[in-house]
Amino acid sequence: MTMDRRQFLKGMLAGGAVAAAATSTPVEARDNLTMPPKAMGLLYDSTLCIGCKACVSACKESNGLPPEFSTEDQLWDTPLDISGKTKNIIKMYKNGSAEVKDREENGYAFMKVSCLHCVDPSCVSACPVSAMKKDPVTGVVSYDPGDCIGCRYCVGACPFGVPRFEYDKTFPKIVKCELCNHLKEGDKFQYSACAQVCPTGATLYGPTAELMVEAKRRLALKPGTGHTVPHGRIDGKDRQMAKAAAYVQHVYGEKELGGTQVLKIAAVPLEKLGMPDLPERSFAATSETMQHTLYGYLITPVVVLGGLAIAAKRTVRDDESENQE
Amino acid sequence: MSNHAHSAPAPLGGKFVTPVTLTMALLIGIAGLILIVRFIFGIGAVTNVNDGYSWGIWVVYDVMVGSAFACGGYAIALLVYIFNKGEYHPLVRPALLGSLFGYTLAGASVIIDLGRYWNTWHIFAPGWAQINSVMFEVAVCITIYIGVMWLEFTPVFLEKYNRPDLKKKLGKWMFLIIALGALLPSMHQSSLGSLLVVFGTQINPLWQTLMLPPIFLITAITVGYAIVIFESTVSAIGFKRPFELGMLAKLSKVMWGMLLVYLVLRLGDIVVRGALGEAFKPNIMALMFWIEMAFFIAPAVLLASDANRHRPDKLFLSAVCMMAGTFLLRINGFLIGYETGAGWNYFPSITEIMLTVGIVAIEILGYIVLVRLLPVLPKHEAAAAK
Repeated sequence: MTMDRRQFLKGMLAGGAVAAAATSTPVEARDNLTMPPKAMGLLYDSTLCIGCKACVSACKESNGLPPEFSTEDQLWDTPLDISGKTKNIIKMYKNGSAEVKDREENGYAFMKVSCLHCVDPSCVSACPVSAMKKDPVTGVVSYDPGDCIGCRYCVGACPFGVPRFEYDKTFPKIVKCELCNHLKEGDKFQYSACAQVCPTGATLYGPTAELMVEAKRRLALKPGTGHTVPHGRIDGKDRQMAKAAAYVQHVYGEKELGGTQVLKIAAVPLEKLGMPDLPERSFAATSETMQHTLYGYLITPVVVLGGLAIAAKRTVRDDESENQE
Repeated sequence: MSNHAHSAPAPLGGKFVTPVTLTMALLIGIAGLILIVRFIFGIGAVTNVNDGYSWGIWVVYDVMVGSAFACGGYAIALLVYIFNKGEYHPLVRPALLGSLFGYTLAGASVIIDLGRYWNTWHIFAPGWAQINSVMFEVAVCITIYIGVMWLEFTPVFLEKYNRPDLKKKLGKWMFLIIALGALLPSMHQSSLGSLLVVFGTQINPLWQTLMLPPIFLITAITVGYAIVIFESTVSAIGFKRPFELGMLAKLSKVMWGMLLVYLVLRLGDIVVRGALGEAFKPNIMALMFWIEMAFFIAPAVLLASDANRHRPDKLFLSAVCMMAGTFLLRINGFLIGYETGAGWNYFPSITEIMLTVGIVAIEILGYIVLVRLLPVLPKHEAAAAK
């Protein structure tokens, strides 16, 4: 008997047809998740930031993180990026002569790098053991090392490169900003340390919905207009004078991947400041829709298994009769 | 339906201590030392993985490529039991043995790469298991498949230890075990591709597509046939056995057909998504894409000729190209085509590579020992080897 490829391919097609028929069962496409009812976050206004790094220092203190040295004398905590030892840093954009703050050409600007607490986080979708969780009420994306297997799928999946891993430890953990959700009554810090210590109000803590209103208010101001901004918390009584910058009309985090709870505004295009250009549909939604289409309620696998079992039963019987000859 | 008189498999016998087995043992020993360092000082002490490239070759080669190269048993079982091509029956056991080792070691090597390996059981435990994660599907499915494969291979042990009663009992359920053995790899080999979807725009459009499941699945099955040709060639030379040319020539035609399907799907998908421009950019990704494609196109051209399909050298060359293409598809998708921001680089360290080499050595050594000890290879050919 010659190998009949046509027959083989026909078999493949039949198998595919069975699978396709099974997948047309009503498994709904998974839409982007929506903002939790009391979503908390930060508003970072690059134009108010003076690059003092008080937030970097306070974050380390609040989270009990060790210093990280990048200078030869090893005297100062000088992290160059977020890492297993650093959850939050301020980076600087520089162009040409870097003369004027918040200018794209021959200017400079600051950018805060820390978790954005996505509305529909890739890390939570990727994690196979529920070690990354999104709080259903506050939306804070938190990590529990007690659950974690250390597979680092979250590290790869996060489009902002936020979760970091302790490669140098015998018993390593994932390290990421959890919006200081560990704080208790009586602690030195009462809410996200980075916002609490920010001297200019560049980093502001509060409900994301209110932060969004504030961000849009600032974007609508005519450049140069004097106005007051809260600092610390969005509802803080303590306000200070500010002069509206020539903002780029883009609240980063409003639409990116279906939204993030940490919002960013700046006078230099956000992409220049290291924030990636991302679609509105979350990667988690795309990935989960695909998985559920293939495996929802295990319908497809069970149907295919049935077909395979029938085919196998037939050939195994042939085999036995052959062996008895 | 045709019945094929196959000679029953028999142990090959022969010496266990040879230069080849000693070399393998040495490589395994080196890997063992590296493993000790890894478990004491952490993953970073012996690898170059970092927060930009958190998965190195211990994941991308040992698991992604390793399990694809272990698809010989699955691919042959599909042919023999599902498509009822009984003439390939003599290939089943040797292919299954290779798969058994490949998968068991792929599964074991995952543990080495897990930072918090003592929690591994959480994947299977209610309360922890996160069913939306592609990784969950892959992990559960591979674990079950490893068990299924050991069951598929159990008759070999039962023959060796002369337990026809147990063999008969197991035989009653074999059809279900075989069906699972065909279903599970179809699921997780496609899911290994799906793992990339949640990485989103960090993956170059040449590799980021919703067609990843069929792309990974078809290459896994096709490389399964390539591996069988590769292993048959190497064991024909290594054990001085006659080359099963007729059967492999026919098998290569199956491989060729699947390869054509793959090329149409792969290139069609890129064109339809409008990603073809990426392939002509002056960068390393485009270059690597074309090298990957060349390794798939070469065997498609070589095997188109009937004369080539009957030449052991051309068959072997095609199989090696197919393996290289499958290797590169996974390396490109997970490493070359993955960009997570400026400043990140990854190339495996010597110790990282040596551990992977050690794992391959375990597979080779295990295969040699078991075909000498157990009834795996067909008997008549074993006799001819004397």
